Amino acid sequence: MNYQTVVGLEVHVELSTKSKIFCSCTTEFGGEPNTHVCPVCSGMPGVLPVLNKKVVDFAIRAGLATNCEITRYNKFDRKNYFYPDLPKAYQVSQLYLPICRNGKVEIEVEGKKKYIGIHEIHMEEDAGKLVHDPWDDCTLVDYNRCGVPLLEIVSEPDFRSADEVIAYLTKLRETMMYLGVSDCKMQEGSMRADVNISVMPVGSAKFGTRTEMKNMNSFKAIYRAINYEAKRQIEVLENGGRVVQETRRWDDNKDASFAMRSKENAQDYRYFPEPDLLPIEIGDDWIKDTKDNMPELPEAKRKRYMSEFGLSEYDASVITAERQVAYIFEDTAALCGKPKEAANYVMGELMRLMSETGTLAEELEIEPRKIADIIKLVSDGKINRSVAKEVFEAVFKKNVDPEKYIEENNLAMVDDTALVEEVVAKVIADNPKSIDDLKAGKEKAKGFLVGQTMKALKGKANPQTVNKVLNEKLSEVLK
Amino acid sequence: MDFSTKTALELGQMIKNKEVSSVELTKDFLANIKKTDEKINAYITVLEDEALAQAAAVQAKIDSGELTAPLAGVPMAIKDNICTKDILTTCGSKMLYNFKPVYNATVTERLLNNGAVVLGKLNMDEFAMGGSTETSYFGAAHNPFDPERVTGGSSGGSAASIAADECAYSLGSDTGGSIRQPCSFCGVSGIKPTYGAVSRFGLVAFASSLDQIGPVGRDIRDCAEVLSVISGHDPKDSTSVKGKTFDFSQSFTKDLKGVKIGLPTNYFGKGLDEDVKKPVLEAVETLKKLGAQVEEFEMSIVDYAIPTYYVLACAEASSNLSRYDGIKYGYRRKDCEDLLDVYYTSRSEGFGMEVKRRIMLGSFVLSSGYYDAYYNKSLKVRGLIKKSFDQAFNDYDMIISPVAPTVAYKIGENSSDPLKMYLGDIYTVSVNLAGLPGVSVPCGFGKGDMPVGFQLIGPAFSEAKLVKAAYAFQQSTDFHTKKPAIVKEGN
Repeated sequence: MNYQTVVGLEVHVELSTKSKIFCSCTTEFGGEPNTHVCPVCSGMPGVLPVLNKKVVDFAIRAGLATNCEITRYNKFDRKNYFYPDLPKAYQVSQLYLPICRNGKVEIEVEGKKKYIGIHEIHMEEDAGKLVHDPWDDCTLVDYNRCGVPLLEIVSEPDFRSADEVIAYLTKLRETMMYLGVSDCKMQEGSMRADVNISVMPVGSAKFGTRTEMKNMNSFKAIYRAINYEAKRQIEVLENGGRVVQETRRWDDNKDASFAMRSKENAQDYRYFPEPDLLPIEIGDDWIKDTKDNMPELPEAKRKRYMSEFGLSEYDASVITAERQVAYIFEDTAALCGKPKEAANYVMGELMRLMSETGTLAEELEIEPRKIADIIKLVSDGKINRSVAKEVFEAVFKKNVDPEKYIEENNLAMVDDTALVEEVVAKVIADNPKSIDDLKAGKEKAKGFLVGQTMKALKGKANPQTVNKVLNEKLSEVLK
Repeated sequence: MDFSTKTALELGQMIKNKEVSSVELTKDFLANIKKTDEKINAYITVLEDEALAQAAAVQAKIDSGELTAPLAGVPMAIKDNICTKDILTTCGSKMLYNFKPVYNATVTERLLNNGAVVLGKLNMDEFAMGGSTETSYFGAAHNPFDPERVTGGSSGGSAASIAADECAYSLGSDTGGSIRQPCSFCGVSGIKPTYGAVSRFGLVAFASSLDQIGPVGRDIRDCAEVLSVISGHDPKDSTSVKGKTFDFSQSFTKDLKGVKIGLPTNYFGKGLDEDVKKPVLEAVETLKKLGAQVEEFEMSIVDYAIPTYYVLACAEASSNLSRYDGIKYGYRRKDCEDLLDVYYTSRSEGFGMEVKRRIMLGSFVLSSGYYDAYYNKSLKVRGLIKKSFDQAFNDYDMIISPVAPTVAYKIGENSSDPLKMYLGDIYTVSVNLAGLPGVSVPCGFGKGDMPVGFQLIGPAFSEAKLVKAAYAFQQSTDFHTKKPAIVKEGN
């Protein structure tokens, strides 16, 4: 029998607000354990939460970007369960009235477009972290992450392959980063997904029993886990067994998943409205304000780059893959007035240097003004293109000032015809074999002579002048 | 000098007049505590050295003119579920037997800024769950008018400490009557403010949507003064109301002309002891004499108040008390086998019977399959109760009722019958469900010469009107000045 894989995702995105959702502690990642805490986020007796309004702003942004309806009358609810990383023993979340509902996100896999439904997006607080100390055989709690705001983005079970899942996650990550809502650093856990997987016979209308893998924070692992789990479930069914609804743990090293706990006797979270917070009413003004201040999303940028700057679709998507790169491109283009040149430098020199030095987009410090200066220096004939590359590298690595660097290193273009004539004469005199080759019709020899001339002029010559002078001299010699 | 006949405001004035110093007063109250509290057990923690040091510091500020607040330098005490920085805040529970908060409650902070001298932390029912202060891990409090009887609760210590002259005024908290009922039992005055009038930041939560901190004092004027100090918006409490302040300047007259008071007949029917009913109805006559117009009306929805209250209060409590898990602070059973064992044994041993009963009730009504039948339905009834009060206030400025169906009963008499205990809250809980203010003032004595109080309930933020009526009443009666034998013997 042929089977169809069905996947639904719950994606957690940590918001990049400065302070936590209900107190003024920093949300910064890392820090010595329990240094980013206060009585509120560590759940001391008698303390009360005060909502960080920025969290609501970000949630509305995320909702609008994923085509959701925004809930006008919002409430928080308490989700009650005991665990040492949850100091209040309840998580403030939204069950009954989530802030965003009924959205959709378009994805494209192998040229085929498709919408993935967004069931809801709700706001909640993150929990702390348990750290097991194998030396002392004890477990310690770090509350730094407690109260960091999260959005949980719950998709409909609309995925039919691992490729669709990855396309969606890529799109979602890109969108959240562009919105400035989250830095989506997978390795720091600021974007992580719970993956629900089931299989059913092709053509069936009824979903199979699903299993869940929680807290996955690598696209690669998610991809492999989906394929593994679908295969495992199919094998169970083919052997006459039944899939058990359970949470499974994916072990990327062993390339396999393992049963954790059965969901059949699921925990009862005893949700009820959080009495310590007032309902939040979101009026038209708030939504309009958010809409007006929405950053441009990658798709819109791509289209604009193509129509406004005449970039190819490929170039536009390479540049917009990372928000920081797109911003550098846009600023450079605006400053030098040459978008195509800006695109060439960003896609060529900048990306080459990023990969050579292992620099991440969010770590980029290069100033667009300096890239624009280089482009201008080339177009003004102050330096030639090969020198420009050298200057770009110095700007990237040492943040030098382009003009100063050129001056200090004597890199300005040589356009002195007399000097070039002198050098060309010498090169011709020193390379009689090349002249013989040329006489024999071997045109390649000319390139060699150009190279020798450039070399003698330390690469700084104006290539046009070199060509012109060489052609003149050769025509004399070859007559 | 006998300070027991003075109100807190009078004592504050005497300090300003240099008739007495804050330190002398503090010493006097500490001496009273030493003398009587072994019998009364109003205090869980007495801060002898700290209070004396504080009194000296406050006195210096009064002398320098830095502190001019009417109650500056007057010794007071705080219920033990209100956080006091670096000072034990136990909530009357073994669970928090060693808990010292690193922060002050907003009310504590405001009192300290006003020159309050804190004598100690007051006894209470464990986590404010109870109506007798018998469920305290630190032993029952005893009624100063008859130490064999209960003080009422849960703010039993707050009321008994005033009656026994162990402090000049105190803070209590009221979730379902916890200020008003012990005031009635101990013959003192108290205010349960409108929900949102006083910050709950630093009040250890029992039922968040019902809890409210309020003052207890020798008369209603003292209470009004304390309320004006502790009330007002607090950015740390999202449920505290913005832009509302109390103006009591028109409250202290003897004239109640034009005041319309409703008397709900349902509050005076079956279940109300005759010895309580009589003084309350006499109080009605007094109010009439002062010019008030009193009219009977029906308010039957209140019959549903008790079940509604216990469903909602327990539901919230079951969640609020989950944080006491033995992990971060408070009681933890040693030598546990694993995490579950830590939870089970710490909570089983750290909480008392009544608290566990309510956590179980609350967990039950929130569990899936029962949520709609209990919690959700109760929320609806709560709305109806609120509505019927709103309707009543279309016709009346305020409502008068008994505070409790009985006078203070014997210690141990009701503790084996929780249902009977819960029914004792019948006249008070609906006020919390509707978020309204209520005052409780003494109006006579019932069986065994035990004090009886009456309650005035008003619309939200009508405290000034309630205080006005209570003040006029106290100006023409002397029930609030009656001292128990334990105080008289001492002098």
